[in-house]
Amino acid sequence: MEISFIIEKLVLVLIIFALTMFFALYSTLAERKIAGFIQDRYGPNRAGIFGILQPICDGAKLFSKEEFIPNTPNKLLFIIGPGIAMTVSLLGSAVIPWAEKFVIAGVEYVPQVGEINIALLYVVAVMSTSIYGIVIGAWASNNKFSLLGGIRAGAQMVSYEVAMGLSLIALVMMTGTLSLREITEQQAGFGWNIFFQPLTFMIFLVCSFAECNRTPFDLAECESELVNGHHTEFSSMKMGFYMFSEYVSMFFSSALISVLFFGGYNYPGMEWVADNWGVNIANIFALLSILAKTSFFIFFYMWVRWTIPRFRYDQLMNLGWKILFPLALVNILLVGLGVLLFK
Amino acid sequence: MAIENISLSGRKTAVTNKDMSFWERIYLVQIVKGMMITIRHFFKKKITIQYPEQTRTYSPVYRGLHVLMRDEEGRERCTACGLCALACPAEAITMKAAERTKDELHLYREEKYAAVYEINMLRCIFCGLCEDACPKEAIFLTKSQKHVNVGTNRESFIYGKDKLVISVEDGKNKRYN
Repeated sequence: MEISFIIEKLVLVLIIFALTMFFALYSTLAERKIAGFIQDRYGPNRAGIFGILQPICDGAKLFSKEEFIPNTPNKLLFIIGPGIAMTVSLLGSAVIPWAEKFVIAGVEYVPQVGEINIALLYVVAVMSTSIYGIVIGAWASNNKFSLLGGIRAGAQMVSYEVAMGLSLIALVMMTGTLSLREITEQQAGFGWNIFFQPLTFMIFLVCSFAECNRTPFDLAECESELVNGHHTEFSSMKMGFYMFSEYVSMFFSSALISVLFFGGYNYPGMEWVADNWGVNIANIFALLSILAKTSFFIFFYMWVRWTIPRFRYDQLMNLGWKILFPLALVNILLVGLGVLLFK
Repeated sequence: MAIENISLSGRKTAVTNKDMSFWERIYLVQIVKGMMITIRHFFKKKITIQYPEQTRTYSPVYRGLHVLMRDEEGRERCTACGLCALACPAEAITMKAAERTKDELHLYREEKYAAVYEINMLRCIFCGLCEDACPKEAIFLTKSQKHVNVGTNRESFIYGKDKLVISVEDGKNKRYN
């Protein structure tokens, strides 16, 4: 393997890490702003103009808090719990294609960390491991509320993973590939997958809410009955990691939704821009386009959070197993028929 | 009218445990409706008052800090009769009377005056009963928007004559606030 290739990928990893962190950082502010605006308030607006420095203040506050470890026999697990949660949330964005190839001085640069042909499988695998951070942290906390939160999170994620996987199968039946880049390229222009598979999109969206532990499926956290669920005993940056990993995975799943259903980096008129203004300009627009779609879905996540209350545990299980799971199966049947008839 | 039909608010509805219909059971329609409501609020004008920069306008019947008045010649009106202290429901007012001497004629209107007049601002509820009780039109609650300052000891909340009595110029120019 060439050394330049490794350096290129490392730089790309760093850039995407920074980008993810930036988005997650400002998601915390956006969440509070959106909550405020929806409730006819302004949200934080004291630190800097529009509260732009608020996340930095929050971070500084979290860093300076006392590091508390409860009297538990699982100190090691308690420490690695938040680490797992954070790492797993960050892993996903490695396979997201951010734009087409940049050409700088005759050399092609692919703005995607790992262009692998089983990207979708990798994504599902990474998403399913995200439960470990929560369950391990909850178990190691030596606290019954944490444990309850962890158990709920486990049950929830396992049940929604089924419907999610099945909805992705329906998508893959149509695209015929697991590579996210190829899926994106198939949706060039305005041929977004959402127009062909709205039902798949609905199932996937609901399931990704559950996977990200966002309201209405935030039973892991559930502050009204479980204190704060799995991160009750965590303090300082450990708690920050849990909180942050939620926003990071929200960013990742928004990016994934826009890649799978909303054409990823495609935008109408991309070829025209590439022909007239050059590939790199077109690619910059492409990058902006996927980031805009991602931002919209992050907003959508927050919009939903501040609209509907949390599901009850039995409603959650009902929805997962009795509605979404059969619906996903029916969806596979429908998509299969469609593929047979129209392809 | 039967008792079960009587409703004070006029919004009484009977509780029913009817089963949800199909559209209600899949939640989606209701969720979309709810999201339309929240997005409307998102763009609504915000009602927050940005406090240190903006302040709320005071009510026209607002009662602020007390003032002890002077008459047209700049003499204190208070005669230390104690009716305000008697009327005070919070027992915030104390005073000590003294007799006016010959060379104090220009200072006090009545023969008896308040040598000490103290209002404990921790007790005062700004009800204005002292103002109603005063026979000499000496004590008033102004529309001053100054508030009692925060303090760390109780003595700083006891306002004596030095803070209460209006200055001669302010009294002449009718600057009561």
